[in-house]
Parts: sequence; structure tokens; C-alpha cells
Amino acid sequence: MAGKTLYDKLWESHVVREEADGTCLLYIDRHLMHEVTSPQAFEGLRLAGRKAWRKDSIVANPDHNTPTNHWDRGIEDPISRLQVETLDANIKDFGALVYFPFKHANQGIIHVIGPENGTTLPGMTVVCGDSHTSTHGAFGALAHGIGTSEVEHVLATQTLVAKRSRRMLVKVEGSLSAGVTAKDVALAIIGKIGTAGGTGFAIEFGGSAIRGLSIEGRMTLCNMAIEAGARAGIVAPDEKTFEYLKGKQFAPKGADWDKAVAYWKTLQSDADAKFDAVVELDAAQIEPQVTWGTSPEQVLAVGGRVPNPAKEADAQKRAGIERALQYMGLKADTPITEINVDKVFIGSCTNSRIEDLRAAAKVAKGRKKAASVRQVLVVPGSGIVKRQAEAEGLDQVFIDAGFEWREPGCSMCLAMNADRLAAGERCASTSNRNFEGRQGAGGRTHLVSPEMAAAAAIAGHFVDIRSF
Amino acid sequence: MKPFTSLDGLVCPLDRANVDTDAIIPKQFLKSIKRSGFGPYLFDEWRYADVGEPGMDCTNRPLKKDFVLNQKRYQGAQVLLARDNFGCGSSREHAPWAIEDYGFRVIIAPSFADIFFGNCYKNGILPIVASAEIVDQLFRECAAQKDYKLRVDLETQTVRNPAGEWFSFDITPHRKHCLLNGLDEIGLTLQHADEIKAFEAKHKAAQPWLFA
Repeated sequence: MAGKTLYDKLWESHVVREEADGTCLLYIDRHLMHEVTSPQAFEGLRLAGRKAWRKDSIVANPDHNTPTNHWDRGIEDPISRLQVETLDANIKDFGALVYFPFKHANQGIIHVIGPENGTTLPGMTVVCGDSHTSTHGAFGALAHGIGTSEVEHVLATQTLVAKRSRRMLVKVEGSLSAGVTAKDVALAIIGKIGTAGGTGFAIEFGGSAIRGLSIEGRMTLCNMAIEAGARAGIVAPDEKTFEYLKGKQFAPKGADWDKAVAYWKTLQSDADAKFDAVVELDAAQIEPQVTWGTSPEQVLAVGGRVPNPAKEADAQKRAGIERALQYMGLKADTPITEINVDKVFIGSCTNSRIEDLRAAAKVAKGRKKAASVRQVLVVPGSGIVKRQAEAEGLDQVFIDAGFEWREPGCSMCLAMNADRLAAGERCASTSNRNFEGRQGAGGRTHLVSPEMAAAAAIAGHFVDIRSF
Repeated sequence: MKPFTSLDGLVCPLDRANVDTDAIIPKQFLKSIKRSGFGPYLFDEWRYADVGEPGMDCTNRPLKKDFVLNQKRYQGAQVLLARDNFGCGSSREHAPWAIEDYGFRVIIAPSFADIFFGNCYKNGILPIVASAEIVDQLFRECAAQKDYKLRVDLETQTVRNPAGEWFSFDITPHRKHCLLNGLDEIGLTLQHADEIKAFEAKHKAAQPWLFA
């Protein structure tokens, strides 16, 4: 019998029951929540007179609607405020292991705070009404986004009705060049397999380049698995993972720690495990990436030129390129490095951790943003990240460069708060989606790494970070 | 949940691939704490010439006339014909809520994004995966024929065009059962509460740190 993949091990260790057609009840260890996708689920529980099955599985905090400046004024948009207050009330009624209300010292983006306090652990099943839950796969957890009906289902039953995904191995071997980050690896993978390439799959990221990534880099990579169509991305836990978790508030302690680590070490795909698909990339070939269109798969190396639809034979694809160029206000064959930006956003559950901010600060240090760039937002992923950055003086580096240093939150990744692009504005963004209108109606998004975003802020246009 | 059995529905073609849930329902409408009322804002940025805000009365908003939902021949459509990777991106269930609230009960596409696909079943929407060839044919027929309708029958898992040609589609027995009967999945799961409790006890004994 062939060995098992990491995904299969995680899946099988959580199956409560299985129907003849393969539909399973999967036990859920950790339920992350934010204010946008939970109110209707709590309302459903109330209407049915149900309780939360296991309130100590819940880790919650508002992040999408919260402002990133003028916290003294509270949440000025009354509709946003109501949504955040609704989460406060729901957690008060139903309970939680961890809840950081708006303005709490540790509040932040839900996918940043979970790993920070050790509520995400290897071997767990982790869900959240948020597609970027895949982030937590970086710890060797089976983590994926769910809809609000499923949020209600998990609240009421601690399980999810689910079928096993197919397994894909994305193997990146070799060493990344200087200036090439986990974000570039993620975008290069999406460029190769497409935004639907991972549909129906759980992706395990493996190979020496992945093992070489820091835990934060692995989070960036797994975060974007969903942008390749895969609900879950996973990296097998290793010494770096254990080192990262040791001593965290909710990580096991004492004898439990040793027992946990012994178990976590078994969370690897067996050498003879069979995957349904294998994709291989050579790390040395990956260059800094910049998206040019309105889908994350519309991505190029920074040295490239915007595609010319006339050269595309397939009519559907040609129409797609034309539509994207029109929306993005770009001419065919324009070199990426000649594209000017109006705004820069450094933040989001993809790239708002301390390492990301250090990387951006390193580029910004002693430099000034270009006069043509209207605004550069630096939004830390959590209160803890913010304080760490301030202790290291990164905030001052950004302020000296003319960047704005903000309070934590999702901010301009999806522009549910006041941080957004105006119609026609072009942004270099460290977030995860360049969809039409994502950062504001009519806004134009180019996805890049924190280093590339900071460099674009200084130069006023995209530059190759390797020669900056 | 509204049950779905069969319908004879007018078809609306949306001829673009990778339609994401941000396009289906833009973020500003996600601030609602309700499940209903999203239909008027479905595809808001493609549908209206102004910028939509939650609570806005849409009856007098300026329309983008070329967008399919604004064309007279597709008013009252219940079947949405789409392209590859429909519903990609954000997990927001507001997307199927908006689609259902607008009046669609069936979506036919060559492929769907996983989370969106699952969310449809929780809301009485039947997402049907058909081959690219069949979808191409449906787009051609829909363009050529006014009042183009499809007969969708869940019990027999078939879709029939006006000429009487038909194709069949797959659905898991579990999803079919829930959709046909409009069942509350939570109620079904809670019938297995003892099994969940037994699993939980075993799980806690093996990995107590998961229950900190």
C-alpha cells in the first residue's frame, strides 16, 4: 500500500463519520472569526435556539471594518460600527477562547493574531469564514475558508460536512535569489498553474526552497494557495515551526510540549505517498513578480512587458487580456518598469508581519517616496507586530520616507474601511487580489512583495529590486 | 432553505471567465448583518454607472445598458450561464445570497471555485458543471434564440434545451437529498451528536493541548 500524504493524515485524524458517497463529518479544532462573515451565523443559531458547541475553539476579532487611523474617533461609518458591535455582542453571548475587540492592544488581522498567540498549531483543523484561512497551513494544519452557513454549522456542531480534496504537490527546489521572496514564489506558482489550477485540490508545498522559507514566508505562500484555486495550502512542520511556537501563550507546555512535538514530527507526507498532481519549479528561475491584470494569474517577472492581445490565438483569452488592459489603463507591450504608481499599500494577511515590515523598511531607509506618489500606507498585521516594529524603529524609517504608519487591520486589501483607491488610481500592493474594484471602485492593483512595493514608492514606478 | 426540484428557466449568459465574488457582490455590501436584500446589488459595478452604497434605492440608478442583466430579453432569468472558474476569490456567502435574491436558482459553467460551489448548495442554488463543449453550445443557442429556456430537473439530474436535447450532471447523493428536500444540514448533523462527542473525547485524550 502506498504511503499517505500529509493532507490525508490531517484529514483522516479528524473524520467523525463517513457516508457511502465519501461525504464526511470533519471535526474542527479551531474556529477563527471576524465581523463580516459571522453575524448571520450567530443569528441562525439564535433563531434555532442553539448554543456554540465548543466556545473554547473560537478565536475572534474585528479586522475588515476597523479604521487604521484616528482611533480616538471610533468607527465613524455607522454601518461598519454596527457590524463590529454585533461581533462584540455575539461573542459576549456565545463565548470565545480569545477575543480582541476593536482597539485592544493585540487586535489585528485574524490570520496574523492566531499564529502569534499559538492558537494555530500543527495537526489542527482550522476554519474561518474567510478564504485566506489557508494561511494557517504554514504550520502543518489543515486550514481553509468556509461560507457563513458553514460558520453556523461549525458553531452548532464543531464539524463540517466535507469531501476529501485531491492532493497536489508543488515542489520548489533550489535557492531563491536575493530580492526574491515567498510572495514572488506564490505569484510565480499562480502564473504557472493559473487561478483555477488548484481547484479541487489541497496543495502541499515542498522542496528545499520551501523548507528554506521562514515561518512568516510560509504563511505568505499558504495564504495565496486560494489564489491558485486551492482552498488549503500546507507546509509540513519542522524545527523552524516548533521553534516559532515554543513558549507561545496557547502552545502546549511541559510534558505536553514533548508529546506534541513527537506527534507533529509524524506530520509529513510519506516518501512513497502518491499525489494526484505534481508541479515543479526551479527556485533559481523565479524573479520578482508584478501582476499586470485583474486576476492574480496575470503576472510577469519585473523585467517583462505587458502582453499584447494580438499575439494570443485563443479568442476567449484574447478577450480576457483586452478587458484587463482596458480596466488597468495599460497599453500592450509596456515594460513593467515603466508603469507609474499613485499609491502604495504595505499590509494585509499576506504581507503585514514583522519580517515584511523589516524588508520594506530596509528598502525605504534613508530614502523618500517619489513626489508623484500620493500616499504610501504601511499597515501592521496586529498590535504585537506594530509594537515590535516600533521597538525596532521601523515606524520612524517609514515616517522619514514619507510613508504613513497606521493602526493594524485589513485596510486597503479590500477597502471595507476608509482606506481605498479612487477610480483610476494605480497601486503597488502587497495584498493578494487584483480583482476589479477590489481596493476601491475603479482602482487598479498590482500585486508585489513588500520590498518591491517599497521600491515602487521611492521610484514612483516599478523597479527591479535586485538592482535597486 | 428553499428546496430545489426542477424549473423551466430563462437563461442569462455571462460570457467571461474567472468571475470573482468581489464582482458578484462588492465589499461595501458585506457590511450588512442580514442574509437578505443583496439582489439589487448583484454585479453592482458592472451593472450600474454610479458607485453603489449599502441601503441605496436602486430603482433610479443609472444603468450600464450593455451589461446582460440590464438587457430586456434577460429579465426574469433563473438560469445563469457562465464560464470557467466562476465564483473565485473571497469566501463571502453574500455572493450566492445576492444571486439567489436576484432570482437565479441554477448556474451552469464548465468549472466553479470550490468555496463558492459549496456555498451554493447551502442556499437552494444548483451549480451545474457541464463540459466546455456543452457550455459553448448553450452560449450559441442563447445568443441565437430569444426567450431561450432550459429545463433543469434535479431528480433525474438532467438539463434539456428547447430542441429536446439533454445532458446529465453529477451531484453527490448527500447534496441532492438536502437540496430536493430543502433540509437544514445542522439538524441532520446533530442526529450524530453522540458520535461527535465520542470522537471529541478520544481526540482530547490523544491531544489535550488542542483543548487549552
